[in-house]
Amino acid sequence: MKEIRIHGRGGQGSVTAAELLAVAAFEDGKYSQAFPAFGVERRGAPVTAFTRINDRRIRLRSQIYEPDYIIVQDPTLIEVVDVASGAKPNGKILINTEFSPDTFDLDTEAQVMTIDATRIALDIIGRPIVNTILLGAFAGATGEIRVESIQNAVTERFPGKVGEKNSQAVLEAYQRMEAV
Amino acid sequence: MTGKMTVVEGSYAVAHAVKICRPNVISAYPITPQTHIVEDLSQFMADGEIPNCEYINVESEFSAISTLVGASAVGARTYSSTTSQGLELMHEVLFNVSGMRLPIVMTVANRAVSAPINIWNDHQDSISQRDTGWMQLYAEDPQEAADMTAQAYRVAEDKDIMLPAMVCMDGFILSHVYEPVILLEQELTDEYLPGFEPEHILDPAKPKTFGAFADPSTYTEFRYLQQKGMDAALEKIENAADDFNKIFGRYYGGLIDTYEAEDAEILLFAMGSVVGTIKDVIDRARTEGVKVGLVKVRAFRPFPVEAIRKVVKDASVIVTLDKNISLGLNEGALCTEVKSCLYNTDINIPVIGFLLGHGGRDIPRRNIRMIIDKAKQVIRSGVTIESEYADLRGELI
Amino acid sequence: MKITIGGVVEPGTTRANKTGGWRNFKPLYHKDKCIKCGLCSMLCPDSSVHEQEDKYVIFDFDFCKGCGICANECPKDAIEMVLEEK
Repeated sequence: MKEIRIHGRGGQGSVTAAELLAVAAFEDGKYSQAFPAFGVERRGAPVTAFTRINDRRIRLRSQIYEPDYIIVQDPTLIEVVDVASGAKPNGKILINTEFSPDTFDLDTEAQVMTIDATRIALDIIGRPIVNTILLGAFAGATGEIRVESIQNAVTERFPGKVGEKNSQAVLEAYQRMEAV
Repeated sequence: MTGKMTVVEGSYAVAHAVKICRPNVISAYPITPQTHIVEDLSQFMADGEIPNCEYINVESEFSAISTLVGASAVGARTYSSTTSQGLELMHEVLFNVSGMRLPIVMTVANRAVSAPINIWNDHQDSISQRDTGWMQLYAEDPQEAADMTAQAYRVAEDKDIMLPAMVCMDGFILSHVYEPVILLEQELTDEYLPGFEPEHILDPAKPKTFGAFADPSTYTEFRYLQQKGMDAALEKIENAADDFNKIFGRYYGGLIDTYEAEDAEILLFAMGSVVGTIKDVIDRARTEGVKVGLVKVRAFRPFPVEAIRKVVKDASVIVTLDKNISLGLNEGALCTEVKSCLYNTDINIPVIGFLLGHGGRDIPRRNIRMIIDKAKQVIRSGVTIESEYADLRGELI
Repeated sequence: MKITIGGVVEPGTTRANKTGGWRNFKPLYHKDKCIKCGLCSMLCPDSSVHEQEDKYVIFDFDFCKGCGICANECPKDAIEMVLEEK
């Protein structure tokens, strides 16, 4: 079973990202589960969401304490939340930032990876919405999921032009991370 | 399993199941974490997807359930959903519903009660309605919560039962999780669930009195008959699960379900979503040679006394896990009920209770493991503590 | 008689329960004073004062409990409460 934790801020679409990841994993033929760390939702407040991906039906209902992968949607969270908490030594932490991985001094053995998803979002979508883009980056960085499945999940959830642009941005992020 | 799975939110799976059950009147008041269920139903209504149905907006949960009393009495299939303070606000009317034998089905997205205010999951809300004469069924996952809705209507509307039912699903943990679910199939459901045809209906053309006065000369018999309805529901709940399995190919147990229980020395008892986590822990413990099993209690009312007596008799210790507490007794309801159903029998197995997961406190696998370790100690040296919290933060008190 | 499910009862049960026997006083009608205003009929809590076609009233002693509301409300003192002879 692979466990993913997503850190974001209220309004950044972390819960939607977790959900889309579960939809995409299911399309890949896996069982999946996505849920938020049910807070009292406020825009801007730190938010955590989780996704599990497994070959068998998932029965476990607890939160994720030792994630294989961590996605950080907003680098300013690193100062207020221990985003690397419980990260597996062979795991990966994917941060949305313009800076390089060595900029971040996280207390973890997990591999830190970065992608400027905000830039991609502004260039392609025209708005700084990064949740779907980070899923493309996740697919590229981990190989856990097919990028086509992410794209399908995105266009199904956001029909029309918005979905198309998001899908294009997903692919861009995927290709950049795959090259790393 | 048959059918096509799609990834949906637990609330959607339940709202969809309600739609497929062809309700005639829905009345509910939104409250976290039930909100998504009623939002989805409102959307179905707006899209014209629930034929012959009226969604009545109200200003409180008290009004929602009162509205359904009238609607059910005229012969409508009725639905509501609530949680926590909303359910407690319904309290008075819940007795009227069961006393008038109105088979309303209601989803409870289980949540803690105030004060202190807390929107997260535990079972205190529905357990506090234990004696209102409603059947109470607890679901393990979104699939079961959805399917249980159809099962609940089938049992509730049975002419020998005519009792309301709460389908309890853990708030957030099940209501807000996205996972693959087979949405209830319309054609199969129509085959499984006949239309609601009550013996008595309110009709101005043929007037009758519902909810009449009963003085001391008849009241006792009313209550006795309600209990008889509950007694009869025991078998009907089993039948409803079996018939569901025949038509849909999905089964979650009848009154109870068991997991690795046959040779278990340690037998855990639990209700709701924690059952899934426990199954994972049992698999791990079994690989280490720990003989541990699980009894999942699906029906809390009527309480499956005989089924439990049958299934526990070879265990060395029984361990209950409760997301509720009876303050003043320091026990959860499952603990108390399981103990009481073993008394006056030749079964003499120690029972210990653990309180956990209150107010949404997460239940990681290590907590279940710790509970199993404590149960091992009971086998070795007997009961020292009958009931205690499994996840108390000592540093705060 | 058996209790039905939910205690649903057929209508008209009050007709079987003749409450006339509860009376200590009974209304005595002075038709000559009556102005046919109908107040007594309207206000009777047991629907036991019936207006006739000519608007004068008759009393249904099967159900009149002798409460005296009709006598109290009559603007012309056309109804007098007298002791019931049992």
